[in-house]
Amino acid sequence: MIWIVLAFLFWGGAWVLNVRLANGPVAGTRAVRLIVPALFGITILVMWEAVVRGLNVPLVILPTPTEIAVQISESLPTLWVDFVQTFVKGALSGYAIGCAAAVIVAILIDRSPFLQRGLMPVGNFAAALPIVGTAPILVMWFGFGWQSKAAVVVVMVFFPVLVNAVEGLAASERMQRDLMATYSASYWQTLWKLRLPAAMPFIFNGLKIATTLALIGAIVAEFFGSPIVGMGFRISAEVGRLNMPMVWAEITVAALAGSAFYGIVAVIEKAVTFWHPSQRTRG
Amino acid sequence: MKSVGPILAVLAAIVALWYAGSVWMNSQWTLDQTARNNQTVTFSQIVQDTMDQKRPVLPAPHQVAEGLWQGVFGQAVTSKRSLVYHAWVTLSATLLGFAIGTGLGVLLAVGIVHNRAMDMSVMPWAIASQTIPILAIAPMIIVVMASIGITGLLPKAVISAYLSFFPVVVGMVKGFRSPDAMQLDLLGTYSASRAQTFWKLRFPASMPYFFTSLKIAAAAALVGAIVGELPTGAVAGLGARLLSGSYYGQTVMIWSALFMAAIVAAILVGVIGAVQAVTLKRMGMRQ
Repeated sequence: MIWIVLAFLFWGGAWVLNVRLANGPVAGTRAVRLIVPALFGITILVMWEAVVRGLNVPLVILPTPTEIAVQISESLPTLWVDFVQTFVKGALSGYAIGCAAAVIVAILIDRSPFLQRGLMPVGNFAAALPIVGTAPILVMWFGFGWQSKAAVVVVMVFFPVLVNAVEGLAASERMQRDLMATYSASYWQTLWKLRLPAAMPFIFNGLKIATTLALIGAIVAEFFGSPIVGMGFRISAEVGRLNMPMVWAEITVAALAGSAFYGIVAVIEKAVTFWHPSQRTRG
Repeated sequence: MKSVGPILAVLAAIVALWYAGSVWMNSQWTLDQTARNNQTVTFSQIVQDTMDQKRPVLPAPHQVAEGLWQGVFGQAVTSKRSLVYHAWVTLSATLLGFAIGTGLGVLLAVGIVHNRAMDMSVMPWAIASQTIPILAIAPMIIVVMASIGITGLLPKAVISAYLSFFPVVVGMVKGFRSPDAMQLDLLGTYSASRAQTFWKLRFPASMPYFFTSLKIAAAAALVGAIVGELPTGAVAGLGARLLSGSYYGQTVMIWSALFMAAIVAAILVGVIGAVQAVTLKRMGMRQ
């Protein structure tokens, strides 16, 4: 009982503090903008810990954050091996292949208005489909190793990036292209110096969407068959053994990897599209 | 309607490539079979054989079409072999989860727009959560809920709700904030209350954003329901068909389930698109 009372006391205290900070005179500063969400996150963790302890929730239903943290520190080698198998081998290689292929196809179909009119609706449609469902087929074709996971990731990231890249290649203005023409620039010069840079904000939009998809694809594909390493394999195996702290540890790693991946792509975007208004106003 | 021709051409090219692919990928099996029987085959025989193998590596389009037709129209709708039955199992979980997720998402967005503390504390997490592979927790939700005695529709719906929740929150916060300062000032000069501002300005203005996020949420909810069916041991639903197909090497079954899922997704997004078109037209907001 004491745990639950403490939990709600902490919640109330943190909430009052957050309201004060958010409505106070210092609300606009950078520090407050970091502290307020951090405080909210900490509150959730404390509530979780205290409520699980207070109500004696069994371990198989929900472990406490401290138990998960202990599990993470104890099984670092396993987590690392799984991370390499799923993220580095499966997701990253698939992401690179899929995104490169999508941008190249976008440049190719950009030359033909006929293909553009035909492929874009199909691509838009395919981007809304549950493409994760191709995982069993690709696992059958490419075997249980990381290659099949990379293949699933390629298929998943292809259409969102393609749709965005084609849109981006159309983003340069008539006047700008005319200017290139008056310089008597060749097709490739126009592409390289004007249209690809102009397309970058759109392409990065697609690349950012694809980061999450890549990790989801690699993890879900492992549910359909995998060697005895990998994050998806570990999750489904440990769920079967009701070893929940390990499952949560893998989920924590997946969440950190996903956010870090997204963050890295966002940083690259900032460096490449520094000229874009959405990047300039922030700084 | 100018683009009907190109779309048909592209679709025809895809089907042609698919046929070529199935001949190429299935021919190995044919060659192995005939080599074992000390026969030689001509190319046309190979092509013929690759078109109707029982367990092809890549089923030919007409085999998938036949499987789909058999599954949809060849069975009683209540039969366990009927794709309509399995699609309904998945769709009901999807719709329930979609409704829960969208409802909660809109509520949270209302809170975020009206409460500064909530905005500052929740919004960064809502955005960050979109970079996380949430789907990874699907098996755990199923098993945990089963261990406290909840099985069937609800666990899958929870996953769907969870997946459709965050896109709706992010989209609706954007939508509720889309009226510009002039419009808000105008309502201020009318001395409109916060509730009046919400119902007469923010809510109508958010409609285009609402439908855009609904489309994303519906697609996500369907994926959630399909993945949610995987760890339950393949009882019913499109995800179960995918899994049992991959266990038994029934490729035609996998492909028909996949196309059924695509059809369900297309119907969901199409219905939302139609409602969107009608609503926005009646509101005079048609782009």
